[in-house]
Formats: sequence, structure tokens, C-alpha cells
Amino acid sequence: MASSCAQLCLRCRSLLSSKTSTLTWQQSTQIRHCTAVSRVPNKILNGSSFISGNHTTTRARQIWKQQTCYYSDFSTKHLETEAKEYKHTEELLRTDVVPYKSPLLPIRDAAPVTENQMSLDLDAAAEFSALEEISNEEAVALSVPTALPPASTSLRDYVDKSETLTKLVQLGVNLWKLEQRPNVGSMLLRLNFNTDVAPRLLFLKGIGVEDSRLGYIISHNPFILIENLENLQARVNYLKSKKFSSETVVSMVSRAPYLLNFSVKRLDNRLGFYQQQLNLSASSTRNIIARLPRLLCSSLEPVKENLKVCEIEFGFKENEIQHIVIAVPKVLTANKKKLIQIFDFLHNTMKVPHHLIVKFPQVLNTRYLRVKERHLFLQYLGKDQYDPTQPNYISLDRLVSLPDETFCTELALATMEDFCLFQKTL
Amino acid sequence: MTTPTVRMFRRLEGLFCVYKPPGVHWKLTRDSIETNLLKGLNAAPAQPLPQEVRFLEQPNSVAEAPKGLTLSAASLPVLSKHHLVTGPEFQRIRVGVGHRLDAFSSGVLVLAVGNGNKALQNLYNSQATRDYTLEGEFGTATDDFSHTGRVVERSTYGHITQDKLERVLAMLQGANNKALLMYSNVDMRSQEAYEMAVHGLLGPEGKSVPILTDLRCIHFEPPNFTLEVRCLNETQKYLRKVVHEIGLELHSTAVCKGVRRTRDGPFNLQDALTHHHWTASDVMRAIRQYHTSKKNKKHSPEQIKDPGLQPPEENITACPQNDTNWEEAAHRVK
Repeated sequence: MASSCAQLCLRCRSLLSSKTSTLTWQQSTQIRHCTAVSRVPNKILNGSSFISGNHTTTRARQIWKQQTCYYSDFSTKHLETEAKEYKHTEELLRTDVVPYKSPLLPIRDAAPVTENQMSLDLDAAAEFSALEEISNEEAVALSVPTALPPASTSLRDYVDKSETLTKLVQLGVNLWKLEQRPNVGSMLLRLNFNTDVAPRLLFLKGIGVEDSRLGYIISHNPFILIENLENLQARVNYLKSKKFSSETVVSMVSRAPYLLNFSVKRLDNRLGFYQQQLNLSASSTRNIIARLPRLLCSSLEPVKENLKVCEIEFGFKENEIQHIVIAVPKVLTANKKKLIQIFDFLHNTMKVPHHLIVKFPQVLNTRYLRVKERHLFLQYLGKDQYDPTQPNYISLDRLVSLPDETFCTELALATMEDFCLFQKTL
Repeated sequence: MTTPTVRMFRRLEGLFCVYKPPGVHWKLTRDSIETNLLKGLNAAPAQPLPQEVRFLEQPNSVAEAPKGLTLSAASLPVLSKHHLVTGPEFQRIRVGVGHRLDAFSSGVLVLAVGNGNKALQNLYNSQATRDYTLEGEFGTATDDFSHTGRVVERSTYGHITQDKLERVLAMLQGANNKALLMYSNVDMRSQEAYEMAVHGLLGPEGKSVPILTDLRCIHFEPPNFTLEVRCLNETQKYLRKVVHEIGLELHSTAVCKGVRRTRDGPFNLQDALTHHHWTASDVMRAIRQYHTSKKNKKHSPEQIKDPGLQPPEENITACPQNDTNWEEAAHRVK
């Protein structure tokens, strides 16, 4: 830096001197003044050109008139700085801003010239020099531009800077999943940890949610962080007023994160829907909701469809449907197509009557491929006997719920390799 | 920088085959394998976070010192590298599928992971033949040639004997042999054609109509029969249509009850993974096994020549033996 500066000074000085020597005769008072100044002792001239080095760099190719302007400007600085008597170079450097600002110019001729200079160097004058010493107070007051990008597609750029995001990561929130949702990333960034996030977390902890579940809840439902605290409390109170025990409420909230974002009225409607559609008693409604709280949060349309499918397409009676739902609430949210596929196989291929399916409703909740392969294997071995009144009865429950090894050894009386080979002949 | 996950992925790259169950679309098979592989890959323990020195403000010192600020240096983990922020290292894997199998049919489906896709391309450029077993039933005809379709015709099948069926098969094979010679693009009167025919290398280059290079009846018990077919450039629908045409040729009708691929190029049923084994570790084992078998073949070039020199009949008999292996096992169980 210093060496390059010095080089610039030298170049500047040679330029100035050559120009002055060639054009002195044609110029008026300004030039005369310049030549007068040029008689100033060498040492100070050096200093002055050193000062102005950085100003002249960009304008080295300007016309002579402006050169003279500079020159006269240097001279004003000279005269001023001469009076001050420099102690060392640092001070000298610091003063290079001063002359533009100070109106105390000893030479009248130079006054319009400095105005011109000011208009040229406005931006340079407004900033501090890089070499200037500043005090600690000033250093603190300085606004350092942050490295944060104003816009980003990922929360990754903000995690280390934002307190909220840092704390959320420490809680175990899946930020990369959340940032894929529209608007969730910017919502999280705008939150203040102490005023927005902490009260909700404390509330969740207050009703008894375990620490390990907090991350899960927020990963799935970040909107709980902008929900009104009073509303949250009201909803918890509502659930408790419906005789859900506090432990049940906690487990429901931690398994169905959206539960607390539903208004009391909506929750009430949904509870009423299940009770009416299934004609259940209050306690059994509570039972299925507590076991599958997702029922309250998901759409009701597929539930209605599934009920109709059970009633019309499968031909179950109302009390049978009740029994199935109480035993396996998941039937209500199951995929309609898969439900039909598996019932079709059970009833039409395996010839299992309705009352047996009602007795073991768990079969409606298994995978189609699993039932099919096992049934075909048993059929191949001549053991597909699902009638409890006959010998060698195989219960549906055991057929679908046993793991493969146990199924092979206990029901099929074969080895795992045989079953594997059989699967390859299907 | 290679993380354990990347190293594991390197071990996963290659070719393997799975057994596609009937009634499942091949895309579903491919996708479920991709998700399983991703699950296995990303289950590896997370890398420790890099540390970074940062200067933290200490608010309590503001009150004491009038100047206002003390900074303390602390080494903190860089959270932007945390796996919860960056997401799993692998979010998708290139899993390529070899010759397709439609939803109705089942059998060996070749899949390739990562770099294996190139090998897969080479495998199919080399005109690998495929073996199928077709199960047919006389007596009905349906609109889509399978037993699940809408029945369009019923007929009697009492007059069909195995002799008649085999005569029809021989005729069909003759027609296909002619097509094979036609599509092989070599002058039949040249020495080159002779040598290729000796080594069994005659075949169409690139696309052609489906060609059945071998056709046998392995089981006949009216109304059911089972055919074994070796073919090139086929689709499963074409094979079902073959069954339908055999029925018509025998003055009856037939539907196809099952299309099962027993071999696809170098992959056969033994290597195929059933859907319980579609996990990263099993796939890795299958890929390593394929690699070693390929290396062994390279080391012993005389072995690779042998199957080419052998008449194709012997080759094809090897496969049904493998198929019947399990049946024997089942009989033992009984």
C-alpha cells in the first residue's frame, strides 16, 4: 500500500512539474500562484503530493485546467498544513480530508477551485480513511454490514446468525423440511425467540409434553409458534372438559401436532361428527380419538367415504362397523382403494365370511401383498383353512400379524427359504 | 471429502436384480427400492460439526465498564452444517430400470444404482435374451389376452393334445427363426454369417420386432399349459398375444394366466431379491456378488466360451432345473 502510494506521488509530481513548465506562460494569476507555490521547500512538497496521491489516482488523465486546480488545491493545503507543522506522517494523512471541509482558505483565487474540488470528491470526503485511528467508542458505534444475504432459498445462511433458528436446531427441529414449505422459512426468521418462541415452548412443557417431542411437534406444525397463547390454553381446557385425562391430552398433542391449531368450535364439530356417524357412546369416541388423534386433524371427507364403502360395498352392518372402528380406528383413514383391494381378496379369494373379518378387523389394516403371498403359500401347502369349526384352523389374526419367520415355522411348518423360493414363483 | 455415507454409496453402485411381484407397477418397485436405499444410506451416524471461533458479547460487563464492551472468544459448532439444517446427504439416487415388466407380469427386474446405469446401457446394447414362463389356459378368450380381462369368446379344448400343441409351437418357432435371420443384417451366404450362426450370435441389431428364439411346452394338462420362451425385444403384452394365437391356431382359444420372467441377460432367479430383502444391506450384498461373478468370468475366458458353443437346448434346460429346485424342496416339506 505504502509503496504504491509513494509511486503514485512520484508520478503525480513529475506530471505536475512538466505541465507547469510547458504551460506557465499561457496561464493567468492561477499559474503565477502555482509557480509561487512551487518554490515551497522540497520537503513539504513531497508531503503534499503524498497527501493528495489518492485523490489524483483516478483523475490522472484530466485536462490541464483541472490539473492546475488540483495544484492550487495542494497549495492551499500546504499553506494550511505548513502553519500546523506536521509532527509525523499519520497526522499528515489524517488531515487530507480536512482542507476540503474547512472554509479557511488563505488564498482568494483558490476559493472557486476548492468548490469545484468538493463537487468532484464528495464521496471521498464523506468516508473515513482506512488508516485513520478511531477510538473504541467509535468502533462500537460503527455499523458493520452483516454477511447475511437479503434473500436466500435456504435457511442455512441464517442459522448461525439467528438466535431463534439456532435454538430450534438445538431442539431438534427439521429445518430443511420446514424451509420447503411456502412462507414458513421467512415466518421462522421473523420470530423473536424470547417473546414468541419461548412462551409457546414453556406452555407445551407446562401441559406435560416431553422435551424430546417438542422438536417433532414444531417440525410438523411450525404454526404453533405464532398461535395465540390464550387460544392454546382454551383448546387444552376444552379437551380436558371433554373428559380427556391430562396424560391423554399430552399424548394426543404430541402425536397430532396440528391438534392445537384447531379452534374450539371446530374441535367440537369434529368430535360430534365421529360420535354421530358411528353412533358411539362418549367413552368409546374418546377411546378412538385418544388412540388416533389424527382423526381430529385430517379431512372428514375420506372418513365418510370409507364408512360408506364399509356399509354399501362390503356389506357390513352398522354394529359391525362400530366394532371394527373401535378395534382398529385406522380403517377410517386408510386408503379407500387399498381397503377395497384387501377386502376383495379376503372375501372373494380366501372365502372368509363377514363375521370372521369382524372378529379379526386387524386384517383390514395389513398389506395386500403380505396377505396374498401368505395365503397362496398356505394354499400351495394345502393348509388354507380359515374356518374355526374345522380342524387345522388358522386364525386370520395369526396369519397377518406374525412375523415371517414365525409364520413359516408355526403356521406353514416350512422353512424361510421355502417361503422365499415360493415368492419367486408367483 | 468423502464421508462414510459417500463411501457406502460407492459400494452400492452397480447392477442387481429384484423379483417384481405381480400386480405391482415397475415404477412403484423402483421407487420403493430408492426410498429403502436412501433410508439405509442416511441412517449412517452424522458427521461431527466443524467448530468455529466466534466473538460473543458479554452483556454483564456493559454495566461495569463505561467503555461498554468486552468480547470473549468461544468455539462454537457451525450449525449451518447440522444435518437438521442441510437435510440428509443423499436426497435422491439414480436408480435405473432394465427391460420393463408391466404390472400384470412378475419376475426378474434388473435395476442399476449410480454408475451402474452405464453398465445397464451396455447390457441392453449387447442384445441379451430373456427367458419367460407363460401360463396359459384353453377355453376362453379375453380382450386383453389375460385371465382378468373381459371374456369375449368361449370354446372347447377337448381335442387338443400335447402333440398338436407342440406342432404349433414348432411352426411358430420356424417363423421366428426366419425373422431372426431377416433382422440380423448379414448376408446369409457369407462366411461371417456362418461363424456367427455357429457361435449363436445371430440376432437383430438394435430395434426389431419381438423375436422368439426358443419356445417349448414344459407342462401340459388341459386346460392348463405352461410354455417356456426365450426371446428378444419382446413386451409382455406380445407374449400374452402369442398365447392367444396359439389357442386360435389349435382351433380353440386361450388366455394367459401369468407372465413370469425367469432370466434377464446374466441375471436369473437365484440372484433376485424378493421384496422382504429390498434393503440397502441386501442390495449391497447382491451387487458385490454380481461383481465377483463377473470378475470370475473374466479370469476364466474359456468358461465364457462354453455356453456360446453349446447348442441352445442345453442352455435352456439349465434354467428349468433351477426353477424346479424349489418345487423339490416343497415336496420334501410335504
